[in-house]
Amino acid sequence: MTIQATHETLKAKFPDAIQDAHAPYTGLIVDRDHLVAVATALRDELGFRYLSSVTGVDYPAATDGLPPRFEAVYHFYQSEGGPLVLHVHADRENPTVPSLTPLFPSADFQEREAWDLMGIRFEGHPDLRRILLWEGYAGHPLQKGFQEVYYEADTKPFDSRWPEGAPVRAESRVPLGRNLRYPADFSMQGWCPTDDPWGYIAHDQVADLKDTAHPTDRVVLNMGPHHPSTHGVLRLLVTLEGETIKKLEPVVGFLHRCHDKIGERNTWLGNMPYTDRLDYVCSMSNNLGYAVAVEKLLDVKVPERAEYIRVIMAEFTRFINHIIDIGFTGNDLGIYFTAMLMGMEERELIVDLFERVSGSRMMCNYMRFGGVAHDMTADDVAYARQLAFERLPQAIDKVDQFFTNNEVFKQRSINVGVLPAETAIAYGCTGPLLRASGVPYDIRRAEPYSIYDSFDFDVVTRQNGDVYDRYMVRLEEMRQSVRILQQALNRLPDGPIMDGKPKGLIKVPAGEAYGRIEAPKGELGFYLVSEGGNNPYRYHVRSPSFVNLGALEEMCKGYLIADTVIILASVDITLGEVDR
Amino acid sequence: MQTGLSFLKSFGVTMRRFFESYVDDAKWFFKGGFGMRYSAEALPTRQSPTEGRGIFVVQYPKERLPLPERYRGFPMLLYDEDPAQLRCVACGMCARVCPPQCIWIERATDPETGKALRAPASFHIDIGICMSCGFCAEFCPFDAIKMDNNYEIALFQGGDAFLFDKEKLSRPTSHHAEIHPTAYAEELASKKK
Repeated sequence: MTIQATHETLKAKFPDAIQDAHAPYTGLIVDRDHLVAVATALRDELGFRYLSSVTGVDYPAATDGLPPRFEAVYHFYQSEGGPLVLHVHADRENPTVPSLTPLFPSADFQEREAWDLMGIRFEGHPDLRRILLWEGYAGHPLQKGFQEVYYEADTKPFDSRWPEGAPVRAESRVPLGRNLRYPADFSMQGWCPTDDPWGYIAHDQVADLKDTAHPTDRVVLNMGPHHPSTHGVLRLLVTLEGETIKKLEPVVGFLHRCHDKIGERNTWLGNMPYTDRLDYVCSMSNNLGYAVAVEKLLDVKVPERAEYIRVIMAEFTRFINHIIDIGFTGNDLGIYFTAMLMGMEERELIVDLFERVSGSRMMCNYMRFGGVAHDMTADDVAYARQLAFERLPQAIDKVDQFFTNNEVFKQRSINVGVLPAETAIAYGCTGPLLRASGVPYDIRRAEPYSIYDSFDFDVVTRQNGDVYDRYMVRLEEMRQSVRILQQALNRLPDGPIMDGKPKGLIKVPAGEAYGRIEAPKGELGFYLVSEGGNNPYRYHVRSPSFVNLGALEEMCKGYLIADTVIILASVDITLGEVDR
Repeated sequence: MQTGLSFLKSFGVTMRRFFESYVDDAKWFFKGGFGMRYSAEALPTRQSPTEGRGIFVVQYPKERLPLPERYRGFPMLLYDEDPAQLRCVACGMCARVCPPQCIWIERATDPETGKALRAPASFHIDIGICMSCGFCAEFCPFDAIKMDNNYEIALFQGGDAFLFDKEKLSRPTSHHAEIHPTAYAEELASKKK
């Protein structure tokens, strides 16, 4: 059924509640009282079981004949096809929208994020607290009128830079001046988030803990935020009985910098180097995701050579990510550095290639709208061929030999952290995590972007959904990446690498777009709204790490505290992307 | 069956590497004596994806990896001969495309007529904010700003010590020609057209 047909079906089913979104916006506007019914119908009758992205947009002024409003925007997918976009309007005074968390657990973290940053209240959400900001924060930063501490102007480029630019350091504009707001009657000394200082209340309410055969005390344990196995700054609040996990809650936001707000201040191209810093292991993929999303709005044609180069870079990035993650899994298991340094060595060689083509090892900033920034020289191609045809296949074999049959690794990983397929879909898991649970969903196949439809590769799946299977999926995906790389390098055509001359300041036609790619960690989506100007009106990143982390509790419950470390490693998160 | 043999196989990967590093040391010793392995001559072989064996680490700062031509450090302003005559015409393109907005340009004015001149009166870049994205160099219409390849600019002071002015940013064009030979040749070719 096409999306258009689904629209018609829904409209026939809920004649009063649904209308088409006004062009250039896409999808449907759903009356908020009927949202839960519509979503239930989508999930149970129409097969849209995967809620990819939930976010909010602020429209402080009346547009398109619609009153000032907040909009909650949902993107649904089915196994083939999508997105089905729902817009739900909420008034600006007291914005409330019914929560979809009971239907789609994947909405849990994302609704909390939308409440935190945008101030839309999701009624019926079981635990609507701030997620990225701290509990005493005043205001919701993504609302259009919000001004951050170092606020200078609404949009870049700032007028103070040219032609009369006198340097002013942002710090000298007094960080405690008028831009910094505290809640009413706030005192720096006496402040305590009253009702739930450390997030323990939910943990006190964990029921039926007592195992009468082996009576043990309940312990609430803080793992992190400074724990070497959390891959960054992540706090896990764990309720234990003995060593068994009864409840687990990731507390995130320590690395939060409001990437979305920065993105809305930035120019369109100015966001490109910022996306490098989302998932700092996979900057090329992030670049690609953003470029794909903006190109949907721009309607430019990417030359064939540029598409090939993009695919080559994206697949090298996938290789890096997977080999590093496998290495870190080993590290977290106590194999110490052997496996990780094996991965690091291959990564070094690949980032050398990135440095040669883009100029930077990690913060590549390589893609442009309509192409890539620099061409691959003949030397670069020869070097890439050495990697793809000789070096990397051997490296995979080495990892395979090291891990696959290793009894210690198998003991620790088989039947640990099991995530059934149904749960994985409900929690919006994507990437190797989902495929290890037996769901053959890969955006490179389901909704091919760039030129992935012209390559021959397998979507790797495994059936058990445990840590071992996730490792096996990653291992096999590395082989598939090498397969794609070999095809791409063999067929790399000559030609231009940009559609026209690259421009620094572009205007993007008004409209909305949701561009998503299969990043190494899962679905990386960019939701963009343009009003036709130099800057995005709304810029939202749906990051795979953040959404996958929502399923961590499901994976950890009932296992031992020592398993949390390896389960977390198998989810493969990067905190730069979780906290944004 | 959990026999423990596969564990030995895994351990073999580590052991092979362990012995390989000694074999490689010996190989370089017979080629040129002690210190040969860590000489400039051996570095490309050691770092090669196909020929590299043994320990992969580079002994920084005694050894340095060669920087590729496109390496982006921090911006520099070019002058042709006279350091006071920058190529920059103060068009402001770099200041506008700069994502973190760390470039400040004050356009010079003619003291008599008050008209704007095609030169900057002052040019500041806050290197502490600069994210080395390279947009300023990429979009400069006059090839006046380029990315230098110096990455060792750490200082003991913070704050204003990183606010570089015109003098600290300017480099001769010969420096650009030296570190970016291909790009420089392309620029010359496109100018001749």
